[in-house]
Amino acid sequence: MTLAQAFLEALESLAGNKMRSGLTVLGIVIGVAAVIAMLAIGNGAEQSITGSITSIGTNLLFVFRGNMQEGGPGGPRTVAFERPLTLADADALADPLAAPSVLMVAPALQTSGTITFGGESTSTTIMGVVPEESEISNLILTEGEFINEEHVLGYASVVVLGPETADNLFGHHDGVVGDTVRIEGQPFRVIGVLESRGGSMFGSQDNQAFVPFSTAQARLTGRKAHNEVDIITVQAISAEAVPTASEEISQILRQRHRTPIGEDDFTIFTQEQFLSTFSTITGILTIFLGGIAGISLLVGGIGIMNIMLVSVTERTREIGLRKALGARRRDILIQFLTESSVLSLVGGIIGILFGWLISFLVGWIATASGTAFTPIVGIDAVMLATLFSAAVGLFFGIYPANRAAALEPVEALRYE
Amino acid sequence: MDWVIEAHDLKKVYKMGEIEVEALRGVSFKVKRGDIVAIMGPSGSGKSTLMNTMGCLDRPSSGEYILDGEPVAALNDDQLASIRNRKVGFVFQSFNLLARLTAIGNVELPLRYAGITEGRRDRAMEALKAVGLEDRMTHRPFELSGGQQQRVAIARALVNNPAIIMADEPTGNLDSKVGREIMNLLLNLNREWGTTLIIVTHDSAIAEQTHHVIRLRDGLLENGNDISTSIP
Repeated sequence: MTLAQAFLEALESLAGNKMRSGLTVLGIVIGVAAVIAMLAIGNGAEQSITGSITSIGTNLLFVFRGNMQEGGPGGPRTVAFERPLTLADADALADPLAAPSVLMVAPALQTSGTITFGGESTSTTIMGVVPEESEISNLILTEGEFINEEHVLGYASVVVLGPETADNLFGHHDGVVGDTVRIEGQPFRVIGVLESRGGSMFGSQDNQAFVPFSTAQARLTGRKAHNEVDIITVQAISAEAVPTASEEISQILRQRHRTPIGEDDFTIFTQEQFLSTFSTITGILTIFLGGIAGISLLVGGIGIMNIMLVSVTERTREIGLRKALGARRRDILIQFLTESSVLSLVGGIIGILFGWLISFLVGWIATASGTAFTPIVGIDAVMLATLFSAAVGLFFGIYPANRAAALEPVEALRYE
Repeated sequence: MDWVIEAHDLKKVYKMGEIEVEALRGVSFKVKRGDIVAIMGPSGSGKSTLMNTMGCLDRPSSGEYILDGEPVAALNDDQLASIRNRKVGFVFQSFNLLARLTAIGNVELPLRYAGITEGRRDRAMEALKAVGLEDRMTHRPFELSGGQQQRVAIARALVNNPAIIMADEPTGNLDSKVGREIMNLLLNLNREWGTTLIIVTHDSAIAEQTHHVIRLRDGLLENGNDISTSIP
């Protein structure tokens, strides 16, 4: 018997019991579809996060207050006499002599607040920024202008809105420059609207409002006294200079804060660190989701084994007859293995299409609800699912097929 | 003499738990090529065991069995399968056709296991013609009468041109008129194709149409060990 013959005969035999074959295939379909969809969603999440991290700028370092890296299981470690980051720190980092690898520095204040316009109100992240922020973070405006030096010096009550924030307030995000909104009850004139950038690691980057640093300091946060800042964004002169820049920043801040070595009261994150952290997280997520989906594939495989065992018992006489007519052990083995493999392969192919459809729907729903997110069905996932489903069919077919092949012809023919 | 079957002191012992049951206790006989032989005996006489051994479905516990010149007692399962495929055609009481396959598909089965692909259909068609079913080739078993199904089974037994055809109560599931037709077909085929015919039966009317009768009782031959020469 050639393989092509065995394949045709398997199809014939499976078609003879459509309902049963269909239900068995369904188990594999669900398993493979789940694997495909989960891997696609995991990959999509990674791509989207990576994309949003790179979209916030290039060669960036973020300096935060407090020591977050040496923290134990209880959270960040608290350092004695921890000093906050200040405007003076930011100025020191911008010194080209002390920090030659640093290109640009942008200190910022971060708070959350409620913005109202007419009857509409939305709560959002409010950033108090300097003009450099626009360049460092690649902020592009669809209309109006960004905060400039004069706004900062003059404590101007002006605001640049993210597109989503504008949508929430006005119902649209064009033609809103010149309108006045209220932030925490105080009037701010809208001077610009940002271009949409999609989702990000910290929620939507589109739902933000930027005000001049000085204005935020004076009116929106109560930290004027020490010239404190929440975050200092630093751009290195090149990708290669990022580690050097990190070292220079550490040195300057240690000197200024007078901290002993190893007891830093600040933390520097680079974009690469973010990237690797998030790709680790999404990697674990993908494995986790894929593992769960794999279990359903396993269950599908057990379904195949079950139905093949029933089939072997039902067809004992047929097996006896085939052996009487000259079928060898191998012939019977191949016959039943082919049937189980065809079951799982058909299930695998339908499952791939189905999984594709699910990922597409997930992406569509996510996009429709405002989070740009595209699940990615990789060729590797498709190959993996095909191979895995065929392997499941073979593996779970071996036991029943062996049982069939080992039947004694005399006994099998006598079976009622 | 051209012996197609030579059996020397065949013994078969079954182990049923602790107890050993002797189904055959030393049976010897020879069958001439082209003969028709009936095997008769009450149930429990070792009839089925002898038939299984002669059809190479089972091996004797001891003794020698030579089918068409090939000693088979020491062969392994796959070699036995190959012998069955080439040298034995089976006709069963309950036809044993595969319901999914058409008449010609059923007849082709032994050729498939023989690895024959070229001319397979033609040979199967020829066998169906020999049993008078050339116009029913694409029918499935459930579309055929009992007699027609048994004809398909006989065509299947013939198709590999075997040395012997083992027929186990071939007319047992048929009414007497159709049964006679089937018997006549088998006798005709024996005459035309020269195939040796072994018929297991209860029916003495059938046994009378054969050249020799092997009568078994308690695992031994009733009429001595030389049936091949006892009847002219």
